[in-house]
Amino acid sequence: MKCREMVELMTNYLEDALSARDRARFEEHIAGCDGCRVYLEQMRATRDAVRKIAEEPIPEHIQEQLLEAFRSWKATGT
Amino acid sequence: MAYVRDRETAEDVVQEAWLTAIRQLERFEGRSSLRTWISGIVINVARARRRKESRVLTFTSFFGDLADRRKPTVEPSRFRPDGTWRELPRSWDNVPEEKMIGKETLGRIKAAIEELPPKHREVIVLRDVAQLDASEVGTLLGISAENQRVRLHRARAAVRKSLEEYLA
Repeated sequence: MKCREMVELMTNYLEDALSARDRARFEEHIAGCDGCRVYLEQMRATRDAVRKIAEEPIPEHIQEQLLEAFRSWKATGT
Repeated sequence: MAYVRDRETAEDVVQEAWLTAIRQLERFEGRSSLRTWISGIVINVARARRRKESRVLTFTSFFGDLADRRKPTVEPSRFRPDGTWRELPRSWDNVPEEKMIGKETLGRIKAAIEELPPKHREVIVLRDVAQLDASEVGTLLGISAENQRVRLHRARAAVRKSLEEYLA
Protein backbone atom coordinates (compact mmCIF):
# COMPACT_ATOMS: atom_id res chain seq x y z
CA MET A 1 0.00 0.00 0.00
CA LYS A 2 1.32 3.46 -0.94
CA CYS A 3 1.26 6.44 1.43
CA ARG A 4 -1.04 8.21 -1.03
CA GLU A 5 -3.59 5.42 -0.57
CA MET A 6 -2.94 5.09 3.15
CA VAL A 7 -4.11 8.63 3.94
CA GLU A 8 -7.52 7.85 2.43
CA LEU A 9 -7.97 4.85 4.72
CA MET A 10 -7.27 6.69 7.98
CA THR A 11 -10.91 7.31 8.92
CA ASN A 12 -11.93 3.76 8.07
CA TYR A 13 -9.11 2.63 10.34
CA LEU A 14 -10.15 4.93 13.18
CA GLU A 15 -13.78 3.85 12.71
CA ASP A 16 -12.69 0.22 12.82
CA ALA A 17 -14.22 -0.38 9.40
CA LEU A 18 -11.32 -2.16 7.70
CA SER A 19 -11.38 -5.90 7.12
CA ALA A 20 -8.99 -7.90 9.29
CA ARG A 21 -6.67 -8.30 6.33
CA ASP A 22 -6.66 -4.59 5.38
CA ARG A 23 -6.23 -3.64 8.99
CA ALA A 24 -3.15 -5.82 9.29
CA ARG A 25 -1.69 -4.33 6.10
CA PHE A 26 -2.50 -0.83 7.33
CA GLU A 27 -0.80 -1.39 10.68
CA GLU A 28 2.19 -2.97 9.02
CA HIS A 29 2.64 0.11 6.85
CA ILE A 30 2.22 2.48 9.82
CA ALA A 31 4.86 0.58 11.79
CA GLY A 32 7.42 1.25 9.06
CA CYS A 33 6.42 4.72 7.82
CA ASP A 34 7.03 7.90 9.84
CA GLY A 35 4.99 10.08 7.49
CA CYS A 36 1.85 7.97 7.71
CA ARG A 37 2.27 7.48 11.45
CA VAL A 38 2.39 11.26 11.94
CA TYR A 39 -0.57 11.75 9.58
CA LEU A 40 -2.62 9.21 11.55
CA GLU A 41 -1.71 10.97 14.80
CA GLN A 42 -2.84 14.27 13.28
CA MET A 43 -6.17 12.79 12.21
CA ARG A 44 -6.65 11.50 15.75
CA ALA A 45 -5.63 14.85 17.26
CA THR A 46 -8.01 16.63 14.87
CA ARG A 47 -10.93 14.45 15.94
CA ASP A 48 -10.09 15.01 19.62
CA ALA A 49 -9.79 18.78 19.15
CA VAL A 50 -13.16 18.94 17.34
CA ARG A 51 -14.71 17.10 20.31
CA LYS A 52 -13.50 19.91 22.59
CA ILE A 53 -15.73 22.43 20.81
CA ALA A 54 -18.80 21.14 22.61
CA GLU A 55 -17.15 21.53 26.00
CA GLU A 56 -16.99 25.31 25.74
CA PRO A 57 -19.54 27.08 27.91
CA ILE A 58 -22.62 28.45 26.15
CA PRO A 59 -22.71 32.28 26.13
CA GLU A 60 -25.55 33.79 28.15
CA HIS A 61 -27.46 35.37 25.25
CA ILE A 62 -27.40 32.03 23.43
CA GLN A 63 -28.73 30.33 26.54
CA GLU A 64 -31.61 32.79 26.46
CA GLN A 65 -32.35 31.96 22.82
CA LEU A 66 -32.23 28.28 23.64
CA LEU A 67 -34.70 28.59 26.49
CA GLU A 68 -36.94 30.63 24.23
CA ALA A 69 -36.81 27.95 21.55
CA PHE A 70 -37.55 25.24 24.11
CA ARG A 71 -40.59 27.16 25.35
CA SER A 72 -42.05 27.74 21.90
CA TRP A 73 -41.52 24.13 20.86
CA LYS A 74 -43.23 23.00 24.03
CA ALA A 75 -46.08 25.44 23.39
CA THR A 76 -46.73 24.11 19.89
CA GLY A 77 -46.55 20.55 21.16
CA THR A 78 -44.08 19.45 18.51
CA MET B 1 -26.13 41.79 3.29
CA ALA B 2 -24.18 42.14 6.50
CA TYR B 3 -27.42 41.64 8.37
CA VAL B 4 -28.10 38.37 6.60
CA ARG B 5 -24.58 37.16 7.25
CA ASP B 6 -24.79 38.01 10.92
CA ARG B 7 -28.14 36.37 11.16
CA GLU B 8 -26.84 33.23 9.55
CA THR B 9 -23.93 33.18 11.91
CA ALA B 10 -26.29 33.62 14.83
CA GLU B 11 -28.34 30.68 13.62
CA ASP B 12 -25.22 28.58 13.29
CA VAL B 13 -24.29 29.39 16.83
CA VAL B 14 -27.75 28.52 18.10
CA GLN B 15 -27.52 25.24 16.25
CA GLU B 16 -24.17 24.52 17.77
CA ALA B 17 -25.52 25.39 21.19
CA TRP B 18 -28.39 23.03 20.60
CA LEU B 19 -25.95 20.24 19.98
CA THR B 20 -24.13 21.11 23.16
CA ALA B 21 -27.44 20.96 24.99
CA ILE B 22 -28.00 17.52 23.51
CA ARG B 23 -24.78 16.32 25.06
CA GLN B 24 -25.62 17.84 28.40
CA LEU B 25 -28.99 16.12 28.42
CA GLU B 26 -27.30 12.82 27.77
CA ARG B 27 -24.75 13.43 30.45
CA PHE B 28 -27.21 14.44 33.14
CA GLU B 29 -30.21 12.30 32.34
CA GLY B 30 -28.88 9.51 30.16
CA ARG B 31 -31.90 9.86 27.87
CA SER B 32 -30.54 8.78 24.54
CA SER B 33 -33.90 8.70 22.76
CA LEU B 34 -34.62 12.31 23.72
CA ARG B 35 -31.18 13.28 22.49
CA THR B 36 -31.84 11.57 19.18
CA TRP B 37 -35.20 13.29 18.93
CA ILE B 38 -33.70 16.73 19.47
CA SER B 39 -30.99 15.95 16.93
CA GLY B 40 -33.73 15.25 14.45
CA ILE B 41 -35.18 18.70 15.04
CA VAL B 42 -31.80 20.34 14.62
CA ILE B 43 -31.21 18.53 11.36
CA ASN B 44 -34.65 19.40 10.02
CA VAL B 45 -34.01 23.04 10.78
CA ALA B 46 -30.64 22.90 9.08
CA ARG B 47 -32.10 21.15 6.05
CA ALA B 48 -34.91 23.64 5.67
CA ARG B 49 -32.36 26.42 5.71
CA ARG B 50 -30.27 24.71 3.09
CA ARG B 51 -33.30 24.10 0.87
CA LYS B 52 -34.03 27.80 1.01
CA GLU B 53 -30.44 28.56 0.06
CA SER B 54 -30.41 26.28 -2.96
CA ARG B 55 -33.80 25.16 -4.16
CA VAL B 56 -32.50 22.66 -6.67
CA LEU B 57 -31.62 19.20 -5.50
CA THR B 58 -28.64 18.62 -7.69
CA PHE B 59 -27.28 15.57 -9.32
CA THR B 60 -24.08 16.06 -7.37
CA SER B 61 -25.89 15.81 -4.06
CA PHE B 62 -26.97 12.33 -5.08
CA PHE B 63 -23.77 11.12 -6.68
CA GLY B 64 -21.51 13.31 -4.56
CA ASP B 65 -20.37 10.55 -2.22
CA LEU B 66 -19.38 8.38 -5.13
CA ALA B 67 -17.34 11.17 -6.68
CA ASP B 68 -15.95 12.15 -3.27
CA ARG B 69 -14.55 8.70 -2.73
CA ARG B 70 -12.24 9.17 -5.68
CA LYS B 71 -11.06 12.69 -4.91
CA PRO B 72 -7.86 12.80 -2.84
CA THR B 73 -8.07 14.58 0.53
CA VAL B 74 -4.34 15.32 0.56
CA GLU B 75 -2.69 17.52 -2.09
CA PRO B 76 -1.30 15.18 -4.75
CA SER B 77 1.83 17.34 -4.80
CA ARG B 78 2.70 16.07 -1.34
CA PHE B 79 3.51 12.67 -2.81
CA ARG B 80 6.21 11.53 -5.18
CA PRO B 81 5.13 9.82 -8.39
CA ASP B 82 5.61 6.45 -6.65
CA GLY B 83 3.01 7.45 -4.00
CA THR B 84 5.39 7.98 -1.06
CA TRP B 85 5.63 11.22 0.94
CA ARG B 86 7.72 13.89 -0.72
CA GLU B 87 8.11 15.69 2.59
CA LEU B 88 6.88 14.09 5.79
CA PRO B 89 4.07 15.84 7.70
CA ARG B 90 5.48 17.55 10.79
CA SER B 91 4.47 15.97 14.07
CA TRP B 92 2.30 17.99 16.46
CA ASP B 93 3.85 16.21 19.44
CA ASN B 94 5.64 19.34 20.61
CA VAL B 95 2.57 21.56 20.31
CA PRO B 96 1.61 22.36 23.92
CA GLU B 97 -1.76 20.98 25.04
CA GLU B 98 -2.90 24.52 25.99
CA LYS B 99 -2.37 25.62 22.41
CA MET B 100 -3.92 22.51 20.88
CA ILE B 101 -7.22 23.06 22.68
CA GLY B 102 -6.86 26.81 23.20
CA LYS B 103 -9.53 29.34 22.22
CA GLU B 104 -7.67 30.40 19.09
CA THR B 105 -7.20 26.85 17.83
CA LEU B 106 -10.84 25.99 18.50
CA GLY B 107 -11.81 29.16 16.64
CA ARG B 108 -9.77 27.94 13.67
CA ILE B 109 -11.48 24.59 13.82
CA LYS B 110 -14.94 26.18 13.91
CA ALA B 111 -14.09 28.34 10.90
CA ALA B 112 -12.89 25.27 9.01
CA ILE B 113 -16.09 23.41 9.85
CA GLU B 114 -18.21 26.34 8.71
CA GLU B 115 -16.51 26.30 5.32
CA LEU B 116 -17.28 22.65 4.70
CA PRO B 117 -19.97 21.61 2.24
CA PRO B 118 -23.18 21.12 4.31
CA LYS B 119 -23.20 17.36 3.76
CA HIS B 120 -19.74 17.00 5.24
CA ARG B 121 -20.39 19.57 7.93
CA GLU B 122 -23.48 17.89 9.34
CA VAL B 123 -21.62 14.61 9.73
CA ILE B 124 -18.62 16.03 11.58
CA VAL B 125 -20.88 18.17 13.79
CA LEU B 126 -23.06 15.23 14.75
CA ARG B 127 -20.25 12.71 15.15
CA ASP B 128 -17.42 14.76 16.65
CA VAL B 129 -19.04 17.83 18.18
CA ALA B 130 -22.29 16.29 19.43
CA GLN B 131 -20.62 12.90 19.74
CA LEU B 132 -23.56 10.85 18.59
CA ASP B 133 -22.58 7.35 17.57
CA ALA B 134 -22.33 6.19 13.98
CA SER B 135 -25.61 4.26 13.98
CA GLU B 136 -27.56 7.22 15.40
CA VAL B 137 -26.14 9.54 12.76
CA GLY B 138 -26.87 7.00 10.02
CA THR B 139 -30.50 6.84 11.11
CA LEU B 140 -30.87 10.60 11.45
CA LEU B 141 -29.37 11.44 8.07
CA GLY B 142 -30.65 8.39 6.26
CA ILE B 143 -27.25 7.54 4.80
CA SER B 144 -25.28 4.31 4.67
CA ALA B 145 -22.43 3.64 7.08
CA GLU B 146 -20.04 3.79 4.16
CA ASN B 147 -21.24 7.17 2.92
CA GLN B 148 -21.11 8.50 6.45
CA ARG B 149 -17.45 7.45 6.69
CA VAL B 150 -16.65 9.07 3.33
CA ARG B 151 -18.16 12.36 4.52
CA LEU B 152 -16.56 12.15 7.95
CA HIS B 153 -13.20 11.46 6.34
CA ARG B 154 -13.43 14.43 4.03
CA ALA B 155 -14.56 16.69 6.86
CA ARG B 156 -11.81 15.63 9.26
CA ALA B 157 -9.17 15.79 6.53
CA ALA B 158 -10.19 19.37 5.74
CA VAL B 159 -10.04 20.38 9.41
CA ARG B 160 -6.67 18.62 9.77
CA LYS B 161 -5.33 20.58 6.82
CA SER B 162 -6.47 23.85 8.31
CA LEU B 163 -4.88 22.92 11.67
CA GLU B 164 -1.66 21.97 9.91
CA GLU B 165 -1.51 25.41 8.31
CA TYR B 166 -2.29 27.08 11.62
CA LEU B 167 0.21 25.09 13.69
CA ALA B 168 3.02 25.34 11.13
